Amino acid sequence: MVREEAENGRDDMLIDGDEPEQMKLDYALPDGFNADYLKVYYGKVFPYVDMSKWLSYGNDGKHPGCDHSYLGRREFSFTLDNDIYVRFQSFNTASELEKAIKEKCPFKIDIGPVYSVDPSKRHAYSQGGDNIFTPVEKELVFDVDISDYDDVRYCCSGADVCLNCWPLMTIAIKVIDTSLRDDFGFSHVLWVYSGRRGVHCWVCDGKARRLTNEQRAAIVDYFRVYKGNENSTKKVSLVGPALHPFLVRSYTEVLKDYFENRLLSSQNLFLNEERFEKILEMIPDESVTSELRGKWLSNKQSDVARWDQLKRLLQSSKQKGQGLRRCIEEIVFSFTYPRLDTEVSKHMNHLLKAPFCVHPKTGRVCVPINPKNCDEFDPSAVPTLSQLLRELNSGSFRGEGDNEWDGTSLGDCVRYFRESFLQPLLKSCKEEIEASYNAKVQQSRNSISW
Amino acid sequence: MEAVRSQRKSSFSNGGGGGVSTLPIYRSAPPLEVRLEDFELYAVDRLRVLKRISDGLSRGKKPDEMEKLVLDLWKTNMRHEHSSEVVNKDIISHFVLRLVYCRTEELRKWFLSMETTLFRYRFRDESPEIQRALMAEFDLQYKAVSNAEYESVKDKLNQVARAIGQPITSTDTIFYKNLHRIWSIYIGCFGYSYDQEIWIDWVPFEEVPELVAGRRVLIQKGNAYIAMNQVVSLVITQFRSLLSKALVLTNRKWTSMIREQEKDRLTPIVEALSTSYLGPDYSQPREHAELSLKDIDQIAKSSFPLCMRHLFDKLREDHHLKHGGRMQLGLFLKGVGLKLDDALAFWRAEFSQKVGAERFDKEYAYGIRHNYGKEGKRTDYTPYSCQKIISAAPGVGDHHGCPYRHFSEENLRAALTRMGVGNRAMEDVMDKVRNRHYQLACTLTFEAVHNSTCDAGVNHPNQYFNDSQKIFESKKSSSNPKGAAAST
Repeated sequence: MVREEAENGRDDMLIDGDEPEQMKLDYALPDGFNADYLKVYYGKVFPYVDMSKWLSYGNDGKHPGCDHSYLGRREFSFTLDNDIYVRFQSFNTASELEKAIKEKCPFKIDIGPVYSVDPSKRHAYSQGGDNIFTPVEKELVFDVDISDYDDVRYCCSGADVCLNCWPLMTIAIKVIDTSLRDDFGFSHVLWVYSGRRGVHCWVCDGKARRLTNEQRAAIVDYFRVYKGNENSTKKVSLVGPALHPFLVRSYTEVLKDYFENRLLSSQNLFLNEERFEKILEMIPDESVTSELRGKWLSNKQSDVARWDQLKRLLQSSKQKGQGLRRCIEEIVFSFTYPRLDTEVSKHMNHLLKAPFCVHPKTGRVCVPINPKNCDEFDPSAVPTLSQLLRELNSGSFRGEGDNEWDGTSLGDCVRYFRESFLQPLLKSCKEEIEASYNAKVQQSRNSISW
Repeated sequence: MEAVRSQRKSSFSNGGGGGVSTLPIYRSAPPLEVRLEDFELYAVDRLRVLKRISDGLSRGKKPDEMEKLVLDLWKTNMRHEHSSEVVNKDIISHFVLRLVYCRTEELRKWFLSMETTLFRYRFRDESPEIQRALMAEFDLQYKAVSNAEYESVKDKLNQVARAIGQPITSTDTIFYKNLHRIWSIYIGCFGYSYDQEIWIDWVPFEEVPELVAGRRVLIQKGNAYIAMNQVVSLVITQFRSLLSKALVLTNRKWTSMIREQEKDRLTPIVEALSTSYLGPDYSQPREHAELSLKDIDQIAKSSFPLCMRHLFDKLREDHHLKHGGRMQLGLFLKGVGLKLDDALAFWRAEFSQKVGAERFDKEYAYGIRHNYGKEGKRTDYTPYSCQKIISAAPGVGDHHGCPYRHFSEENLRAALTRMGVGNRAMEDVMDKVRNRHYQLACTLTFEAVHNSTCDAGVNHPNQYFNDSQKIFESKKSSSNPKGAAAST
């Protein structure tokens, strides 16, 4: 009975437009993903207060510099039962947000930009001229989806994920997170599990929220290495006598290690002709590729051994010059370097799924991931809706009475969100609001002559 | 307030050097007295330069070609018999054109783009000392910094420089600037020598998005370190931003105050200058069956039939046309004498505003060349006749086909009024339309607009055009043998 309901729920909800996939055993059937379970989740577990505090960015305080219209100008969208999608939802206070979510029980909540005015009043404003309805702030966001790596992983495809290919997501987190902090100087970066097959990143610094579309596109291009489609043989092309320091650091600190010590074997990249030909395609030198092909067709070697042979041959080709040695890096990049969904990041008005939502197809909660120990993250261990309900019902409450999530396996997740992300962020917001207020008060008259 | 720094007012050298800059940044209007004639003449000379720059960009000229073009144009058009007047001419002409081009979003965009291009190539032509002096005008100052700081980023900077193929040598200059202060870094712990001075520039990465996107800079803690040649890009951005804000302010002042105050003096001149941009050059005899780009707007107004005029206007408005429109208008233009190169420049200038020059070259240029028989089976396609156009079925987003057939009565009346069809003629035209005599309707329109009869009737848009041109030619030669005064 419960299973039937769940299956019907899945059929109705073609959120990602996938054909029904075969469930893997370690991804338990989302027994009990339905509106009733979700209602209990929203009733007892969803961390409204933390979410509202986050999205208010300190403007819900008492300081005269606080803008109390701020939260109300944020767009939310709800995906309701039966695939009904409602945009331009807005809430002036945390309790309004809580009330709406509890009442409507949305299957998915998306967060959009902060607009110039309350989105629910947008029709009163024009598209051009002085008084317009337009996004003014939005976190810089990234979306990494493991199905974009289907051409370089053999263990799974499509929406499936396992511990052999999940490291691709770990790589993405490490490379992007390091760059966001060290290169771009951002501090308040939140990584979230998307609930099924990927990760989202929310960069919440004030500087990031105020980036223009052009600046966002520039950052996306800075990160982009993988270009091309099914029709091009070589999708990573690293030209020039030297690599940019960002690429060098990514390679030496993350990509090389994961490629050689994990993916090479866990994916069996050189297992058979079909697989190793894909790699040989990336080497533009006939003599090298035919020599390697000859070795591999005649004898069986381990993936590690074959990779070693390939490297030695390429590195020793002194006469051929830089180009061939660079192939090694190109191959590693092709198999490991992060592949971002560029459209998601480029536009301020993009809506992205909120943390702590429950994924309808897996029943898993979209929990934060700590980038400092992201290599320990296991998607199959993420709390599910049914698991949380079982924990709630078993009545093992620890911690403070008013936080029901505390007694569940979600407790650590919310605590991490609160302590490692929210508190430092709010502290810095407070400072920003105070500084900006003081600056305004002391501002001298502006004179611009024509 | 002076636009030129006080120490430069006294010496004007044509070549630059000696630390004196002759390149103004037009920060504020000069308090100079200007004769009305100079007001117009200087502006016209500068406008000629800007228009030719625009033309060069439309034709997709490469940077080194543009550099030569810009510097030649400047030398030819903007000199003055009294060398002391050269800078004044520069500044005055710029501010006059600001008045002319501040008035609509389109005009501002065009002016901003051309002036920025002009500034870019003039800046690049200056010596490093003068470039540094100009950077100082954008509120940049110099300060010394420690060797240690340079050492810490030196290796990575070299790496970036090699990655983008522009190695740093000790004689290269790279500026080091932190939020509008320039720091100079000295090699060696004790004192410095100019030969070994290295300057590095770093700015918040948000200010140089193109360099970030191409991974052409080292970025650390939110700051992008950029090399000297990239500094040019930074200066240009500042110039552009300054001018953009100024244009908006100028527009407000114009509408609220200047236009009324100057209605007997400057305003008529300013208004004439903006339409002269569109005006044809009647002083040159037009060769048979040749249409030049600088005349196209005027000719569209006077001699295009409604179907082509509509497409042309939509193209100017949307910077795009769908396939049907491109074919119909493109072939028509070929028929009126637009050469392939001009056609490419024309379509490129419009489309690149919507889809970018690169996409135009990739996706649309081929089609135009195809129309001229330069691709594929090399058929030289003939422009469409009325019959063909009337039978077309334009869909959503299309603007081709015969307007007499497809426009609503309301839209058709509006369009014909814009063409200059009077009330009486309008009713006759609408009557023909109701009876589905589209070509007769077009013929009546022709007669109304040109104030003459068209016995043969309209069967082909190019015929409409040629007949129209014949009437204008005959009018011109009979009334004014010298032609109108050149105003481009």
